[in-house]
Amino acid sequence: MSKLLEIRGLRARIANGREVLKGIDLDVAAGEVHAIMGPNGAGKSTLSSVLAGKPGYEVTEGTVRYLGRDLLAMPADERAREGVFLAFQYPVEIPGVNNMYFLRAALNAGRRQRGQAELDAQQFLKAVRDRLKLLDIGDDLLRRAVNVGFSGGEKKRNEIFQMAMLEPKLAILDETDSGLDIDALRAVSDGVNRLRDPARAIVMITHYQRLLDYIVPDRVHVLADGRIVASGDKTFAAELERTGYAYLGDAA
Amino acid sequence: MSDSATANRPASNAPPAGLLEGIVQAEGYKYGFITDVETEDAPPGLNEDTVRFISAKKGEPAWLLEWRLKAFRRWQTMAPPDWAKLNIAPIDYQGASYYSAPKAASGPKSLDEVDPELLKTYEKLGIPLGERAALAGVAVDAVFDSVSVATTFKDKLADLGIIFCSFGEAVREHPELVRRYLGSVVPQGDNFFAALNSAVFSDGSFVYVPAGVRCPMELSTYFRINAAKTGQFERTLLVADRGAYVSYLEGCTAPQRDENQLHAAVVELVALEDAEIKYATVQNWYPGDENGKGGIYNFVTKRGACRGARSKISWAQVETGSAITWKYPSCLLEGEGSTGAFYSVAITNNRQQADTGTKMIHIGRDTSSTVISKGISAGRAQNTYRGQVKVLSNADGARNYTQCDSLLIGKRCGAHTVPYIDVRHPGAKVEHEATTSKISEDQMFYCQQRGLTAEDALSLIVNGFCKEVLNELPMEFAVEAQKLLAVSLEGSVG
Repeated sequence: MSKLLEIRGLRARIANGREVLKGIDLDVAAGEVHAIMGPNGAGKSTLSSVLAGKPGYEVTEGTVRYLGRDLLAMPADERAREGVFLAFQYPVEIPGVNNMYFLRAALNAGRRQRGQAELDAQQFLKAVRDRLKLLDIGDDLLRRAVNVGFSGGEKKRNEIFQMAMLEPKLAILDETDSGLDIDALRAVSDGVNRLRDPARAIVMITHYQRLLDYIVPDRVHVLADGRIVASGDKTFAAELERTGYAYLGDAA
Repeated sequence: MSDSATANRPASNAPPAGLLEGIVQAEGYKYGFITDVETEDAPPGLNEDTVRFISAKKGEPAWLLEWRLKAFRRWQTMAPPDWAKLNIAPIDYQGASYYSAPKAASGPKSLDEVDPELLKTYEKLGIPLGERAALAGVAVDAVFDSVSVATTFKDKLADLGIIFCSFGEAVREHPELVRRYLGSVVPQGDNFFAALNSAVFSDGSFVYVPAGVRCPMELSTYFRINAAKTGQFERTLLVADRGAYVSYLEGCTAPQRDENQLHAAVVELVALEDAEIKYATVQNWYPGDENGKGGIYNFVTKRGACRGARSKISWAQVETGSAITWKYPSCLLEGEGSTGAFYSVAITNNRQQADTGTKMIHIGRDTSSTVISKGISAGRAQNTYRGQVKVLSNADGARNYTQCDSLLIGKRCGAHTVPYIDVRHPGAKVEHEATTSKISEDQMFYCQQRGLTAEDALSLIVNGFCKEVLNELPMEFAVEAQKLLAVSLEGSVG
């Protein structure tokens, strides 16, 4: 399988601050689901931010290749239009901007990039209905302003819905399970599972093993103190659950 | 009463460019043409003879000359207001010329002579080709062959008895109406700039909608684009008779070329029993360069009187231009059950300053008013909402709701909210809400992570912030205004 994402020796720090990523190596192929686990402060969210191009971080060393291209050289919006999607840990509210309007603008920005025709209102609505059906969610969020007044569960559901609409090649889910009760977690996980696709890679970042009960990964990695210190298949997660991160010794 | 949120106001406020050496030269250079001085212009200076000269040039009746002179005498005793949060270089009123004859030959001869930057902006705003030329100041007769457009509309309006003409024409053709209403809402001595306007006003628009008539189209100054230039002291008078309805659009979204730095307009609205007036403005005068040099000073007095019972007046404005804006469209709620509304978006960027808001004066019983103000500051701009809600002692059942939201872009701009609330009736209900927020990096990144460019992200966030006001604009205007907001903020994100 061809590598969709290749990370080599990635070091990054918070702009003018401490080094958080201290040499990451990671390969992700299309169709795979990877879980990146680790204790708080290990650098999990920094990794997702750096991959998505969030301002405020400085890459000091290393390379990231995405579909053979230098990902780090691309501005954040271009990465997005080229198929990199970040499901936010804390989705941001945008008052006065209708959720549907926002999504259509985003979708058409990507289509323009790929040289496809923009969707008109009717085509867009059809796509929305199809995805709502696929994810088995109602349309109650669509008429509201982006994330404004959404509950924690609604926000996460909305992220997955956006993912379904934008059809990314690489989806990074940053602590998508955090703050969800068991029903919401199940709903969101079902959505993600339906979006698994041979052409799509998913990288889940999580603090808790429980997410992996619902979205079963192909690979599990432990991130500690800015490095991937251990990797394994799906059974590895269960092992971690029993032993905790402590056995990783000084690295954790 | 004042609650201010200032993000690091610049320590030294460089005064804007010296007035009157300003825009003529600056613009002349900018657009690469020279304005010939014509003998029809009044010599610089302002005295009673200047006022007589203007009145004579316009062939006005004696009563109007007397009216102007009275205003001029009042003006001489007055001082410019100093309470606004504006940094205004002293203005030399004697250094200006107060009358110039319309000069068809003074502008660029064709679009080829117009600054390509300006044309690019027109394109971004989607202004039709024919209008671009007119807006850029190309001698209109040469490009605007559709006199028929204006006349077609005029015929249709005339059938309904609606008068829509230049102020000068109204003085000649409908002197009784002008005389009855002129100065009845904004008296000559109302304030310094209104008095100046009353003395030397150049031209403007007049609208009368007869009793029971609903004006079938938005009245727009677009239709009068090929009329003589109205000049810097514009006067507008709009009367809706009993049960009449009219929606009026002033200005346009394209940046307008203008040679006068000081603009002191007066707008008076009169709504009689059951009448409704909607007045929408998009103001996009030249704001000056990045350092505020050469921009227009826009000092406007706008006021509407809800004279009759159940009458309604609403102001909607999108203010993006001018170096300095001093403007408070207001409502006098005299008639029982009358309602007033003010919806405003004011954007300031670079060195622009805006002090704008409204006055809602509750005089009659069961009057109500709504104020929604959205101020956006970027660059080093200062943006102040200043509003008054006054409830007089006889205004039983008066209600007001005010909402002022400020948005800051960057770290060097300021937003200020100054509400004056004066309630003399114990039963009045007055509500005021104010918020100040910043466009966060998180919001920008969220939009960009979904594929929107930084410009599109900013535009989306700002339009969302302004939504309640944009909803009050006529549809086409709202679409143009959305684009305008984006253009106004260009360069304010890194």
